[in-house]
Amino acid sequence: MAWQWFHRLGSPRWFYEKSSRWLVWFAPLSIALMLVGIGWGLGFAPIDSKQGDSYRIIFIHMPAAALALAGYYIMAIAGAVGLIWKMKLPFMVMKSAAPIGAALTILTLATGSLWGHPTWGTFWEWDARNIFMLVLLFLYAGIVVLAEVYPSRDAADKACAILALVGTINVPIIYKSVDWWYSLHQPASIKLTGGSTIHSSMLYPLLVCILAYYCFYTLALILYTRREILVREARTSWVLELAQGQGKSNKAGDGL
Amino acid sequence: MPIGHDGYQVGTGFKAILRRDLTSVWRNRSDIASPLVFFLISITLLPLGVDPSDKLLAVIAPGMIWIMALLATLLSLDSLFRQDYDDGSLTQFILSPQPLYLTVLAKVIVHWLTTGLPLALIAPVLGVMLSLPAGGYWPLVLSLIIGTAIMSLIGAMGAALTVCLRSSALVLTLIVMPLYLPVLIIGSNTVSSSVAGFGAAQGLALLGAALAMALLVMPVAAAGALRISSNH
Repeated sequence: MAWQWFHRLGSPRWFYEKSSRWLVWFAPLSIALMLVGIGWGLGFAPIDSKQGDSYRIIFIHMPAAALALAGYYIMAIAGAVGLIWKMKLPFMVMKSAAPIGAALTILTLATGSLWGHPTWGTFWEWDARNIFMLVLLFLYAGIVVLAEVYPSRDAADKACAILALVGTINVPIIYKSVDWWYSLHQPASIKLTGGSTIHSSMLYPLLVCILAYYCFYTLALILYTRREILVREARTSWVLELAQGQGKSNKAGDGL
Repeated sequence: MPIGHDGYQVGTGFKAILRRDLTSVWRNRSDIASPLVFFLISITLLPLGVDPSDKLLAVIAPGMIWIMALLATLLSLDSLFRQDYDDGSLTQFILSPQPLYLTVLAKVIVHWLTTGLPLALIAPVLGVMLSLPAGGYWPLVLSLIIGTAIMSLIGAMGAALTVCLRSSALVLTLIVMPLYLPVLIIGSNTVSSSVAGFGAAQGLALLGAALAMALLVMPVAAAGALRISSNH
């Protein structure tokens, strides 16, 4: 009884119908949170005494970086669930998580270099976190490409899941080794904020932004997964009924 | 010798594949040469493209030799399972009662013996050409011996995932490169830190730990990948 919800996850149709109901309130909520968080951070939070207005990019940059990393684990866990219990839906979630995660790493790198130009005086610095984000982008790209080039969809899912799982073991190792490399090389030391802790007038909008990013990520993941469900289940009767039903209601709407 | 579930001795298939692959490599001896030639030529091009002064070369030598060894290993990966996939031996390996883990391990060992080990053994010669300082030679050889073994193991997973693809070079590079990054960092730092007088023990210990982990994880992942890519 307690495990019923878990078995239901195996059914793409169940997820599609449930998520249609969730989206009614979840989509406006996450868009509103995003607007509030970004608006508060970019428009109303006080100016930083050292970095001026350029620090404001943290409201876009930092949550994106956090979610790019978390997204890799979400993708890998979905892949593992799919491999272990041989369910269809988790593989669809895994495949949908890869391009979203790649987009977030690109956003992190882009905003980071935009921030680095006025602050560090360069668009690209061989900083440990810069390199790590770039490698994370390669890891995501590997999964996206592997999913595209594989001849059959079933094999592509399993292959991507194996690669994602091997990647999860490697992500902490890559992170530590890049960190170690950076401390060995000892470049001109760059102090970000001189060890000062963030003031609450900046912290609250940042927290709202992080929450908004998590909601927005979930929203994007649900939408991508729904698209993937429709593509893969296009030949099943319930998708056909859905499409025909929508076609009818559109015609009815035209008639009125 | 432990007995498998069908009465097979678990080690026999392992030994047979080892013997078969070594024989087939011996009969196509020129194949061993190609990563070595790549290694040699790319190192020769380096001073011509950059600057032949001893000072600069001594600084970049550890990193450059490591990077070229990495690329040479990468070039040789595609052949790891390719022939077995094309002639159907791979299906036989999967169907046989021999654990696929051991089959993969045997193939990786042969791959390392014929690419990684020769690369590590000629590395000192290239070190002389790039005027590597005196303290760096033993760490270079030892770190390359362990490092190429790790790279063969990781590469086996990549090669197994891409063996069923027509043009696998790009995908293989994209999959394997990020996973090689820690090996490259630790390996080239082992050499440069021992040149600087800090000793190589720490780096070699880290590489050894990485090898132990790769031995546990990678043949399992490669075996899983072979099962997927062979029956799509």
